[in-house]
Amino acid sequence: MSEKKLAKSGSHNAEHEYEGGLAVIAPDAVRDPGLEPHRTRMTDKSVKHEKAAARQVAALFLVSIAGSAFAVYAYFAFPITEALGTVRNNTLLLGLGITLGLFGIGIGAVHWAKTLMPDAEVSEERHQTRGSEEVRARAVEIIKLADSESGFSRRKLIRRSLYGALALFPLPAIMIFGDLGPNPGDTLRHTMWKKGTRLAKDPTGTPIKASDVTLGSVFHVIPEGLSELEHGKLEEKAKAAVLLVRLDPADLKESDERKSWSYDGIVAYSKICTHVGCPVALYEQQTHHLLCPCHQSTFDVTDACKVIFGPASRPLPQLPITVDAEGYLIAQSDFTEPVGPSFWER
Amino acid sequence: MAFKKNRRSPLAAVIVMAAGLALTGGGYAAATAAVEAVKPVSAVASADQISEGRKLFLANCASCHGKNAEGTKAAPSLIGVGGAAVEFQVDSGRMPGQASGPQLQVKKKQFTDEQIDALVAYATTLGNGPDVPTEEMIAANGDATRGGELFRINCAMCHNAVGAGGALTEGKYAPALKGVPADHVYEAMLTGPQNMPVFNDANLTPKDKKDIITYLKFVEENPSAGGYELANLGPVVEGLFTWIFILGFIIAITIWLGAKSN
Repeated sequence: MSEKKLAKSGSHNAEHEYEGGLAVIAPDAVRDPGLEPHRTRMTDKSVKHEKAAARQVAALFLVSIAGSAFAVYAYFAFPITEALGTVRNNTLLLGLGITLGLFGIGIGAVHWAKTLMPDAEVSEERHQTRGSEEVRARAVEIIKLADSESGFSRRKLIRRSLYGALALFPLPAIMIFGDLGPNPGDTLRHTMWKKGTRLAKDPTGTPIKASDVTLGSVFHVIPEGLSELEHGKLEEKAKAAVLLVRLDPADLKESDERKSWSYDGIVAYSKICTHVGCPVALYEQQTHHLLCPCHQSTFDVTDACKVIFGPASRPLPQLPITVDAEGYLIAQSDFTEPVGPSFWER
Repeated sequence: MAFKKNRRSPLAAVIVMAAGLALTGGGYAAATAAVEAVKPVSAVASADQISEGRKLFLANCASCHGKNAEGTKAAPSLIGVGGAAVEFQVDSGRMPGQASGPQLQVKKKQFTDEQIDALVAYATTLGNGPDVPTEEMIAANGDATRGGELFRINCAMCHNAVGAGGALTEGKYAPALKGVPADHVYEAMLTGPQNMPVFNDANLTPKDKKDIITYLKFVEENPSAGGYELANLGPVVEGLFTWIFILGFIIAITIWLGAKSN
């Protein structure tokens, strides 16, 4: 487009311009209202207002001074001692003082500029993005000169080997990214539970007898020996946490293959939500609903912890349990499926 | 200068302090012992108390729980629930129930302390069940740190990490624990009222329960170190507060910044 055309279409004339094709350039829906008429401020019209504004700015700066002084005072007057409440007082009052100190300066400076500094209005038109013909021609000239001087188009060997070098350069990054963490391997599919591991109380690690679990009880369970682990204790706990409840055996709806997984109405389920892995532990002993506090997924403990509400898509994995010769609850095996939320290869 | 000279042995202060501590400590121990002696345990219930309790039961409870506390379709059997369950339900005002709903509400107590003791005495005769805890069992002088850990593992998922309470399914909720008397907290753990699970003495030992009570007392008496708690209800409340008040303030300042002076 030529300068002339641009000027015309920029002038918001409602007339359509014929561009040769079928396209029709619609006029802007909103017209440029132009500049607002200048309005004189009260502070320019009356000395009284000007003086008031000056006092306001000074007052704001005084607020800042008072705030900073108060922050220094508060630091010494409200020291942090052993009582927890003193931390709150100290940080709150110190922070309040510092806030006032900075806020007063900022607001005061802006108020000063808005009310007392000259309010002459200046407008600048935007210039066109496109350069002039001479500038464009000169740019092309420079690029051509650079090409001929460097021989980029002429020296094929150099050019192609440079392309090769640039293409291969990012390759090592793939290896580095691959090293960001060890592959999970099959750790997502297994937990600490194995045949014969005793069920123990969290956090003490005391093994639980079947007779301890009375009707309506809920136990928060970890595998025995978890506390003695040298490393990876939290990782193991995050996978192996179990909720243990006893129901009236008549209330339990058990499939044939899971009949042997419970002991006298005692059932153990993974505590890790199958949605995004929050600990599901809000057990209602009358309704036997197990609620996840994060997204309200609700599992039915009487019916293999199937999802009865919420975003979780699969039941909580059940830990097959039985008792040993001394009456302690033990695991029959590990979980038969991966615990926790879904992952790609699952 | 004369007055700077030590006129007394430096040991004098130590002796005075030790004597003071022994006196106040001994006095306190004697006073608490006296309180314990005054408050009798429900185990020593008289025959009068039991018959008074039975009368109260027949007049106020039997229509739902059955004439012999055997339970009906409307309410469970009370045989073997023990004194702890009765005291929790009646002393907290939950029982007698006022209306059917997702769960019983705390309301004004309907009986005097003597009447509640009589009901407890009667319930104890119905069968073996957990007893009302003694003063020592619920005294908040355990280990608050240990209690806090146990609370976070066993209670916090429903009652919130500092006992602010929370929602359950279908209109039920775990009540806030602030201001709940220690004996009610103990009895609730022991008996599992309504949808709360039971935490028997094998699960949480009496010492564990005492520590949990100590923790709750500590949380109640110590203000939050992080500033205003906003009812301790968590990120939703905090987010809402930030969106409305903090962002509102920032928007107001921005508008003021861009506005022309009058």
